[in-house]
Amino acid sequence: MIKIPGEKLIWMYKTMLKIRHFEDKIHRLFLEGNMPGTIHLYQGQEAVAAGVCANLERSDVITSTHRPHGHALAKGVAIKSLMAELFARSTGCCGGKGGSMHVGDPDVGMIPAIAIVGGGIPVATGIALAFKFQKSKRVAVSFFGDGACNEGSFHESLNMGAIWNLPVIYVCENNLYGASTSIRVAVKIRDLAERASSYGIPGVVVDGNEAISVYQATSKAVERARGGQGPTLIECKTYRRGGHSRSDACNYRDKEEEKMWLTRDPVVILRERLTKDGILTPEDSKQMEKEIEEELTQAIHFAENSPWPKPEEALEQVWA
Amino acid sequence: MRKLTIAEALREAIAEEMRRDEKVFCIGEDIGIEGGFGGAFTVTLGLSDEFGHERILDTPISELGTTGIAVGAALMGMRPIADLQYGDFIFLAMDQLINNATKLRYMSGGKLKVPMVMRIPVGASLRGAQHAQSVESYLVHAAGLKVVCPSTAYDAKGLLKTAVRDDNPVMVFEHKLLYGAKGRKEGMDARGEVPPEEYLIPFGVAKVVREGGDVTIVATLRMVYEAILAAEELKRASISVEIIDPRTLVPFDWETLFNSLKKTGRLVIVHEDNLTGGWGAEVAARVADEAIDLLDAPIKRVCSYDTPVPFSPPMENFWVPGRERIVKTVKELFSS
Ligand SMILES: Cc1ncc(C[n+]2csc(CCOP(=O)(O)OP(=O)(O)O)c2C)c(N)n1
Ligand SMILES: [Mg+2]
Repeated sequence: MIKIPGEKLIWMYKTMLKIRHFEDKIHRLFLEGNMPGTIHLYQGQEAVAAGVCANLERSDVITSTHRPHGHALAKGVAIKSLMAELFARSTGCCGGKGGSMHVGDPDVGMIPAIAIVGGGIPVATGIALAFKFQKSKRVAVSFFGDGACNEGSFHESLNMGAIWNLPVIYVCENNLYGASTSIRVAVKIRDLAERASSYGIPGVVVDGNEAISVYQATSKAVERARGGQGPTLIECKTYRRGGHSRSDACNYRDKEEEKMWLTRDPVVILRERLTKDGILTPEDSKQMEKEIEEELTQAIHFAENSPWPKPEEALEQVWA
Repeated sequence: MRKLTIAEALREAIAEEMRRDEKVFCIGEDIGIEGGFGGAFTVTLGLSDEFGHERILDTPISELGTTGIAVGAALMGMRPIADLQYGDFIFLAMDQLINNATKLRYMSGGKLKVPMVMRIPVGASLRGAQHAQSVESYLVHAAGLKVVCPSTAYDAKGLLKTAVRDDNPVMVFEHKLLYGAKGRKEGMDARGEVPPEEYLIPFGVAKVVREGGDVTIVATLRMVYEAILAAEELKRASISVEIIDPRTLVPFDWETLFNSLKKTGRLVIVHEDNLTGGWGAEVAARVADEAIDLLDAPIKRVCSYDTPVPFSPPMENFWVPGRERIVKTVKELFSS
């Protein structure tokens, strides 16, 4: 086990707290009708985004999914520009062209999120191929859900990533459902990480609600990738605390299962661990929450007071 | 008479066809899960109660495989109805559709047939570029696929039933903003009277939505409603509009269109999709080719711009052709 520096642990905790507060706030704003479109929230999976991104440099690049807010915050997309994008304003990180499902910012190493399930996996692999050509030490990370593992793109990408030893890390967030479909009826194997063996790369299963476990597994994978040894598939077992999108009551989920997972709150798990280890005090945590709330208030103020895009801007940025 | 939404009408059509013919089954993501959604837009909600999970077959997220499986099952005499959730995902299924669904009959020298249906929700609905595209034109271009675009509950039911019984692959396009009980935008209530008795609507028969004498507007899906709003406004400017909803793009009812042009001599084509290479271009070309004598003015197209679909409401509203652009275009035809 690698020893994780204290400031990394604090960073992960603060990032997870930020994601949780951000998503809770977005949920409310959305239900109040302040945001157009649809949303897929990330509460419950914060340890994955934070535990993975704590290992990355700003110059490393991630791809994300229809559920991207957590990845964006962890990779360092400015909270104001994220908020403004969700408010569909011209100051948003995609200028209002993207929306919730496509947030991202290439300046901090996040390709606009790709909402076609599995669509980001080959793109991340290609990014890694470029890094290899360029003899760079950068790595690519693809975040995707359990559902994406049944798309051809997953299989084709892992195979090519493997045969060319590309510096890419495949992070599967197995929250046990793809929309309403349970993983149990979507695959016959127990762990999706088993699939790595078909491609000759390491596949590891981690508790995705334990930021420290996610960090440890990613740290190894990043080292392998930077060292030219090729990809790793990391399966993070986790759970969404809310619905798939909009107002989904999750009637397809087993209530016992739900209860079990909801008691395993990743934010609480890390807080307790850090408190026990004397790295974090309850006052620190309170102070962080206060700062995050202030930042969020400012971001919302910024977004609400930002201009709408002009209609004709729809015609711009098609061609390079 | 009772009124149904398009979602309800489609559900009823599926149920009737499944009762009539045990070869019919549904296949797709999230279509029959207990406690689930009944597909992305509730069309198959509750159907697994009557037909069980073998005939309302839930798949993993695997569009290419699912489409090819539908092709294979259809080759062996089954009649699959595949649900694609969003039109944008057709691109994942395209290999099976274009290389197999349309070609296996031809390549077998007519020995095989592929009687499958795909249900494909389309249209911009504030979800951003990857859940918004209207992809009809891609499939109109492929020889061997029938292309259906119902704009009302009545049409949806009758056309889907015909689609299931057709011996060819049929693509049924449904507009996301037209499914529900209430029009999500002004003038866009697609609920309508649907008789309880069985009926079928043949392919290749257009519907004259509104009769008029000065200009013919051809439109499908959501654009039918925008055309109706435009026609109301143009009426106040003493321009009488005839609206034709072709209902099926392949086969296309040229006769109804040409008959209308005999009256009006002017043609405006409206579609919610890029201008370039859209099905409107084909209609314009055919009319120019075969009926140019009927025209008193240039053919006009009111289409989306040649860009991906933008997210933010002001841009999306601008991108989707609406009443104002239709009115303006029609008026220009009369200004000289
Ligand atoms: C190619 C494709 N098929 C279907 C969808 C519709 N869809 C959006 S999210 C989703 C479920 C994805 O499940 P998973 O990959 O497990 O991610 P999660 O939502 O659980 O984060 C589906 C089916 C899509 N966006 N893209
Ligand atoms: Mg999932």
